[in-house]
Amino acid sequence: MAVTDIAPGGPSPHGQEEAPPKVALLNNPKVRSWLFQIVLGVVVAYLVYAGWVNMNANLQAAGVASGFGFLDENAGFSVAQSLIEYDQGTSSYGRVYVVGVLNTLVVAFIGIILATVIGFIVGIARLSNNWIVSRLATAYVEFLRNLPLLLQIFIWYFGVLRLLPGPRESFDFGPLGLLNNRGYFAPKPVWGDGSIVILVALIAGLAIAFGVSRWAHKRQMATGERFPAFWVGFGAIVGLPLLAFVAMGAPLTFDVPEMGGFRPSGGMTVIPEFIALLVALSTYTAAFIAEIVRAGILGISRGQSEAAHALGLRQGQNLRLVIIPQALRIIIPPLTSQYLNLTKNSSLAVAIAYPELTSVFAGTALNQTGQAVEIISITMLTYLTFSLLTSAFMNWYNARVALVER
Amino acid sequence: MTKTVLTGVLGAAIVALGASTASAATLDDVEAKGFVQCGVSQGLPGFSNPDADGEWSGMDVDLCRGIAAAIFDDPQAVKFTPLSAKERFTALQSGEVDVLSRNTTWTMSRDTQLGLNFAGVNYYDGQGFMIRTDMNINSALELSGASICTNTGTTTELNVADYFRANNMEYELVAFEKADEVVAAYDAGRCDVYTTDQSGIYAQRLKLTDPGAHKVLPEIISKEPLGPVVRQGDDQWFNIVKWVHFATVNAEEMGVTSENVDEMLESDNPGIRRLLGVEGEFGTDIGLENDWAYKVIKHVGNYGEIFARNVGPDTPLSIARGINALWTDGGLQYAPPIR
Repeated sequence: MAVTDIAPGGPSPHGQEEAPPKVALLNNPKVRSWLFQIVLGVVVAYLVYAGWVNMNANLQAAGVASGFGFLDENAGFSVAQSLIEYDQGTSSYGRVYVVGVLNTLVVAFIGIILATVIGFIVGIARLSNNWIVSRLATAYVEFLRNLPLLLQIFIWYFGVLRLLPGPRESFDFGPLGLLNNRGYFAPKPVWGDGSIVILVALIAGLAIAFGVSRWAHKRQMATGERFPAFWVGFGAIVGLPLLAFVAMGAPLTFDVPEMGGFRPSGGMTVIPEFIALLVALSTYTAAFIAEIVRAGILGISRGQSEAAHALGLRQGQNLRLVIIPQALRIIIPPLTSQYLNLTKNSSLAVAIAYPELTSVFAGTALNQTGQAVEIISITMLTYLTFSLLTSAFMNWYNARVALVER
Repeated sequence: MTKTVLTGVLGAAIVALGASTASAATLDDVEAKGFVQCGVSQGLPGFSNPDADGEWSGMDVDLCRGIAAAIFDDPQAVKFTPLSAKERFTALQSGEVDVLSRNTTWTMSRDTQLGLNFAGVNYYDGQGFMIRTDMNINSALELSGASICTNTGTTTELNVADYFRANNMEYELVAFEKADEVVAAYDAGRCDVYTTDQSGIYAQRLKLTDPGAHKVLPEIISKEPLGPVVRQGDDQWFNIVKWVHFATVNAEEMGVTSENVDEMLESDNPGIRRLLGVEGEFGTDIGLENDWAYKVIKHVGNYGEIFARNVGPDTPLSIARGINALWTDGGLQYAPPIR
């Protein structure tokens, strides 16, 4: 801000020849800017202090108990989906918080990946020379981008629910599980003795793939010869674990869900709330990403494509090796904000009972304990942390793909 | 630049400091603004439900109208704030509403930890279960493994957890924020069971595509005394809300109705004379005029009339008096005497 500014008329740092003109202290720009900063600082500090005192006084006057002790108390309600062990009888509000955070992260993480994939495909399709493909992509973008997200979540949730049969008339995909209006009941892998070897083989495969790709890149830089690093790496990642799997005598069985009294038992359940929220969030955000991708590609001068074609690159290679790497520099900053939006929008899930952070913690837990100030503060800090971490990661990635100036 | 920031901050400061909680004398605030701000549900037929013209009706609404009648002699001097189960206590604590009349269960933790006071019970309820008739389930004890739809932020969730744990049964809870979505999800077959207070079940059943295809299981798994709530620390306002309800119960017990209340002013019965303000100074003691109860009964009727009009056998809900009958008829509705 103004502190670092040195006004043209101000004292020059190298002014040994002419003495600075005499001005009143208050008219000295440097003094003035410091003065304003200090006044502002004091006002802000006072406001924070006054707000804090006011809040405490009001809570006390209203007779509302406060503090964070409630986090250890027994929650006593049930949660429909939990990635960690959660028992309605004994688990605490602290655990409810963790369950909510994980459920939010899971839907945000998968949603971001899906939205990116769909967004890139639709964005590129909008620029296609094929009339039908580009019009379809345009319709997708205009339709999804202009409807409220909450409405889309409801449409997916209730629309899909009404199409699915009850548990007794489930769609039966045999070994692939069952689908009904209670969710998708997938077979659950049960790993037997020796499965750890498969994991080790997978890690070894990843290491080999990484090594080969670095070596191939170096060699191409040095000699210009290309090496099919992708296929070798792919072979290592898939082949090694497969080999280990066969060697250990196939230590994998599946717990296939079976129809029980009220709903199928066994297997893994993917609840319909999760599916609806995931689909709504990723298709909605993808519409925005598609526009960002299109803008990024259009931002690269036509000359680049023409030059690439002149070099003999095919359309696909042109896109992959010339256009997209340059477009990424334009795409990534706005893409970051779409990722943040998707994560924050996941809180709309309260409407359809998906148990994420806002629903179970800032909703149910808040209502059962009445600790509004504490719970809302924790929830805000959590979303803030998600956003800052996402931003930090994307900024790091942006710096990596940015134009290196020499 | 600096100046604009400074002005903005100062403006925000003035707003922030001005917005402290409501002062203790709620009656003065209410009289000053000319209406009672009443927190109600977002639409529960029989208790608080807006019609097509936005006119609210129901038992909880009538309690608010009774308070307005006692203060202003005008049952329309009420503004309603629809609140979700989640928002309701914060709205009352922060002074957004003067009274919360929203089928709220009186529990110890709510009474003691939230800075609130429950001003009586205007409906004795209990939590029940509704299920499709063709599921051939006749008892809640057969529900192990069922999916259960309900509202978040209610005692309902805790009761279900307790009940299923006590009976060693499994269940899956699907909890929505708004009652309309719970009903829609249950109707779409997402859940086997819909659970809430029994009065609520009867009310929400009317919204299903085929109400006749669903039945209510006989088990009642909890006590749900529902009543109005006020902030702690304002005894006068607490007394007004409490006694408006008691006046309607006493009126029914003494046979005073909105029809005959004017004739009853001539009654020789000293109980009736005290109730209607002909004798004694019972109004001034709570900061109102002596005929406050007369106004309440004249405008909204006695407890029996309120019950019959909103949820009784002649309404779509058609709920029997049951435990909500007067104590003289074997029920639980009992009001302290006015003397």
